[in-house]
Amino acid sequence: MTDIETALRRQVPDEEAAARAAEVVIRRAAEAGLIDVAYAAVDTPFGRMLVAVTDRGLVRVTFPETPEEAVLVGLARHLSPRILRDARRTDAVRRELDEYFEGKRRRFSVAVDWSLVHGFHRRVLDHTVRIPFGQVSTYRDLAVQAGSPLASRAAGNALATNPIPLVVPCHRVLRTGGALGGYGGGLDRKRFLLQLEGAMTATLP
Amino acid sequence: MSVDLPPFQWLLDQHRDDVYRFLVATVGVQEADDCFQETFMAALRAYPRLGDASNLRSWLLTIAHRKAIDSARSRARQPMAVADVPDAAAPAASEVDERLWQAVRTLPDKQRGAVLLHYVSDLAHAQVARILECSEEAARRSAHEGIKKLRQEWQP
Repeated sequence: MTDIETALRRQVPDEEAAARAAEVVIRRAAEAGLIDVAYAAVDTPFGRMLVAVTDRGLVRVTFPETPEEAVLVGLARHLSPRILRDARRTDAVRRELDEYFEGKRRRFSVAVDWSLVHGFHRRVLDHTVRIPFGQVSTYRDLAVQAGSPLASRAAGNALATNPIPLVVPCHRVLRTGGALGGYGGGLDRKRFLLQLEGAMTATLP
Repeated sequence: MSVDLPPFQWLLDQHRDDVYRFLVATVGVQEADDCFQETFMAALRAYPRLGDASNLRSWLLTIAHRKAIDSARSRARQPMAVADVPDAAAPAASEVDERLWQAVRTLPDKQRGAVLLHYVSDLAHAQVARILECSEEAARRSAHEGIKKLRQEWQP
C-alpha cells in the first residue's frame, strides 16, 4: 500500500452534510411529485405509530408493535418502492390523530386510500368507516350491510386486517350481545378507545 | 417478473454517506451537494423500472459518477477564480490532503473514476469496470495509471 492509497482511503465522510443533503432530496422529491408513498411516525398514547399516505389519501396506520421494516416492505411491494420519510406530507393526518387522542376531534377529515383492501373486506370497511364517533356496531350488522348476512366471521377477518385502524374505526365493532370481540391492536386499546369516545361505560365488559 | 425493490428511503439511509464521500472526492465540497441532489433525484425517477436490486450501492455510484462528469464539464465552461498558492512553509495535514484532492480532480474522467471507486468507495475492479463500462483489466490499468500520475504531483 502506497502513501497515496492510504491518503485516499482515509478520507472521512461528512455524515452531517450527507444527512442534510438527504433531507433536501426528500423536499425536492416531494415538490417534483416523485414520492408515491410518504410515511412518518406519530407519537400517541399507544406509543410510536406509523402513518403512510399516497396522493389519494391515508393508506396505512400501524400500531407500535408492528415492525416498521415489514410495513415498508409491504408498501413497496403492493404500492410502489418510491417510499420516503416525509413528515410534511403526513402533517394533516398526524394533527388529526393528535386531536382525536386529546378528545378534540370526533371525525377524521383526511381522505382514505383503499388500495390495500379488496372485495368483501373493502365493503365491510366501507361501512365501518361510517360508524359515528361514540357509537358501536356488530360483526353481524356489518356482514349484512356488506351483502353477506352469514359472513360475520369473514367480517371479523376484514376488521382484524384493517390497514387503517383508528381512522377506519374497527374498534367500534363488537360481538352481538355486547362482548368486545377482537382487536388488531389488542383488547386493552379497544377498551381505551371506546372509553375515550364515551361508547363504553364501566358496566360493559 | 418484477423484482422486489426495497423502499427508496433505505437507499438514502444506507448509501448517502458513501455517495456523498465519493462526490466530495470527485468534484469537491462546493459541488458535492448539487451532484448529490442530481444523483438521488435521477435514481428516484428511474427506481421503479430498475430490473435488478442486487447491487444498489453500485447502481447509485454509477449515477453519481456520471453526474460528477456532467458537473465537471459544465464547470469547465465557466470562468473560475485562481486558487491561492499555499505558503512555502510546512503545510498542515488538511492542506496536504487538499492538494491531493486537487490533483485527483485533474485526472482524466476514467482514471479518476477508477481511482476513487476503488480506493475511496472500496469497490472491486470488476465492479468499477461495470460502472466505467470497460473491461476489468482496463479498470485496473486506469486505477494504476491514475495513482502513478498522482504520485508525480503529490508528496505526503
